[in-house]
Amino acid sequence: MGIKWNEFFVTGDPLIFASQIGIALTLVGALAGLTYFKKWNYLWSEWFTTVDHKKIGIMYILLGVVMFLRGGIDGLMMKGQTAVPENDFLNAQHYNEVFTTHGVIMILFVAMPLLIGLMNFVIPLQIGARDVAFPQLNALSFWLTVSGAALFNISFIIGGSPDAGWTSYFPLAGKEFSPGIGNNFYAVALQIAGAGTLMTGINFVVTVLKMRTKGMTLMKMPMFTWTSFITSIIIVASFPIFTVALALMTFDRTFGTHFFTISGGGMDMLWANLFWLWGHPEVYIVVLPAFGMLSDIISTFARKTLYGYKSMVISIVMISVLSMLVWVHHFFTMGNSAGVNSFFSITTMAIAIPTGVKVFNWLFTMRKGRIKFTTAMLWALAFVPNFVIGGVTGVMLAMAAADYQYHNTLFLVAHFHYVLIPGVVFPIFAGLYFWWPKMFGYMLNEKIGKWHFWLFVVGFNVTFMPMFFLGLDGAVRRAYTYSAETGFGPLMMISAVGSVILAAGFAALVYNIYWSARHADRNIGNDPWDARTLEWATATPVQHYNFASLPEVTKLDAFWHMKKNNELQPLTEDEVEEVHLPSNTWIPIYMGVVFGISGFLLVFEWTIAAGVAALGILAGLAFRSFDYDEGFHVHKDEVFETESKWRKGANKGVKNHVS
Amino acid sequence: MDKHSNSFPISHVIGFFMSLVLTFGAAWIALQSSLSMKAVMWIIGTLAVVQAGIQLYMFMHINEGDDKVTNNINIIYSAFIAVVIVAGSIWVMTSGHSH
Ligand code: HEM
Ligand SMILES: [Cu+2]
Repeated sequence: MGIKWNEFFVTGDPLIFASQIGIALTLVGALAGLTYFKKWNYLWSEWFTTVDHKKIGIMYILLGVVMFLRGGIDGLMMKGQTAVPENDFLNAQHYNEVFTTHGVIMILFVAMPLLIGLMNFVIPLQIGARDVAFPQLNALSFWLTVSGAALFNISFIIGGSPDAGWTSYFPLAGKEFSPGIGNNFYAVALQIAGAGTLMTGINFVVTVLKMRTKGMTLMKMPMFTWTSFITSIIIVASFPIFTVALALMTFDRTFGTHFFTISGGGMDMLWANLFWLWGHPEVYIVVLPAFGMLSDIISTFARKTLYGYKSMVISIVMISVLSMLVWVHHFFTMGNSAGVNSFFSITTMAIAIPTGVKVFNWLFTMRKGRIKFTTAMLWALAFVPNFVIGGVTGVMLAMAAADYQYHNTLFLVAHFHYVLIPGVVFPIFAGLYFWWPKMFGYMLNEKIGKWHFWLFVVGFNVTFMPMFFLGLDGAVRRAYTYSAETGFGPLMMISAVGSVILAAGFAALVYNIYWSARHADRNIGNDPWDARTLEWATATPVQHYNFASLPEVTKLDAFWHMKKNNELQPLTEDEVEEVHLPSNTWIPIYMGVVFGISGFLLVFEWTIAAGVAALGILAGLAFRSFDYDEGFHVHKDEVFETESKWRKGANKGVKNHVS
Repeated sequence: MDKHSNSFPISHVIGFFMSLVLTFGAAWIALQSSLSMKAVMWIIGTLAVVQAGIQLYMFMHINEGDDKVTNNINIIYSAFIAVVIVAGSIWVMTSGHSH
């Protein structure tokens, strides 16, 4: 309670005022445009209510790209502020808010949606299925993610942003030291989005276990499917911890409990402990699917089967166990016993072993391969050296004694950006270039792609390499300014210039999407990269029912062998069957909206109103229970027509796109 | 499932009696013995875990059907996670001076 109306909108900061106006105008413009061009119906029936895993995947990717813009602007603002000593572009409070929202958004609303989006699009196709195991649940996951992201993002214009870091440690994040409602946004928005992610995890575990096509045993699954599977297991294992921790945080902040406040007999360190029990596995959740994509992309463009498939599988299974055993390395310096620190130091170094195995497997896959230097492959190649820098500095940080020197400095910030950007963002870019033709029926332009690549990779290194040295010189993280005497100025300036190059790289991607949508060649066939896995055995863009008849698999790299044995024949009329698909539904988007509304009310601590709004959630559940829709059938003739159209023309008159 | 329907459900009967023994044993230890509180907690806690195992293996058919391997891995992994979270947190939070 006690929220004053005059504090509802954030006022008094010209930057924020400008964005408020900008957002209002964009919103009005978008709504007017949609109404004018009569697009509402199309959006509603084709996208908002869809349960098709491919469309849901594309919407996830759109969310991730938009959030990348937001998180990237936060990053640039911080770099602008620290470019010169004693700068007053952002004050201390504003800087705190910006690094907090940057960290949360980049991890939870950029990395996760982009990866889950690609997983959604690709995994059912790779295992020869028509959809995920629970299509409607999948849509619910997506809309809860959107709901959480929207709630988190409005914090900076309505109510005030969270400002206690993406880790939001107690006691700082408690009511006593953060009395505003900013941190409620953190607790509630992440709770809603987290519920969505947890459901995605469950969905993909079941999908991979139950929906594989005939003959695809676990050891014949493409590597991206394997890593997504293990990722989903880690999601199911670790997200509930975050759910509980956030719920306790909400209780502490809103209802006056004392789980994490020392004054009432709570333990502030318990928050850090629970946060990282989730937070470290989260790092592997974002990095594993990325590794899987790289494996598939590298083996496609090296034109060889992945080297050491079995050892690859063993290493990711080992990671799923070890990733739960290292969390304390995030707070070595907070007063643990020597025994605890030694144990977690050793487990942390141990996890470098399976990761190292994977790097060598990629190198051996490329050895003696006839490598094709497409943009997707360039990202995969750049990944190796850059990620190794992140990994090696990680092993440095893993030594508990040495960490007392590095902890909370820009050395750490440089380290995790060297892990997250080459380890997650590069592979996502690789994946976008690689699967774009399957999603939209045209390729992203390779020439603009090279610009994107070089600007981004150079910009990235110029931005973050100086931070290692700044950190070793004693520059602390999360500090909004520094004096000229520290001598940090020149390196900080170089780093800021780097971030502008980085931003130019991202702009090149956005331009590439625009350019390719307008001008790219549409006649590219179903397999423009000469690829190896089943998703390429479908039409381009993929027909809505995925496969007319479910393929049968006998070997790893199934599609490669199909092509070799010339099995991709036009279907005969009697091979075609009716296809059964799930119908669209309004319930998931409705649930996203009511979760958003009652979350918003809870953020403002209007608990009764929030409770009333939550009745809407129960109503949604009730509707779902009485929903007897059995889906619909795609008629034989339609399937036959679609199939013969693309199969006859397949690869006729198609220009060769890779050389 | 089929192979069980005709023969005498011996594993169910064993499971049933073992459940009875474990339940009454736990009750007896808690109510009638003069062991220390700590010892009682440890003993009935252990009995509860054994009981859970019996339920899973003798009544819930975790070792049968197509999914038996998956189910077993699932249970073992969940037990591992639970132990790590609970025992790990207790160890970390109580052994240093951070609490
Ligand atoms: C696009 C270019 C990026 C730039 C210019 C950038 C820059 C920065 C800067 C300047 C900081 C704060 C340093 C300080 O403590 O003062 C920071 C923190 C952080 N960044 Fe980035 N970053 C970028 C991309 C990313 C990406 C892609 C991720 C994750 C996927 C990420 C995750 C984080 C996290 C988790 C923090 C810590 C926030 C906190 O201290 O609570 N960043 N970044
Ligand atoms: Cu970690």
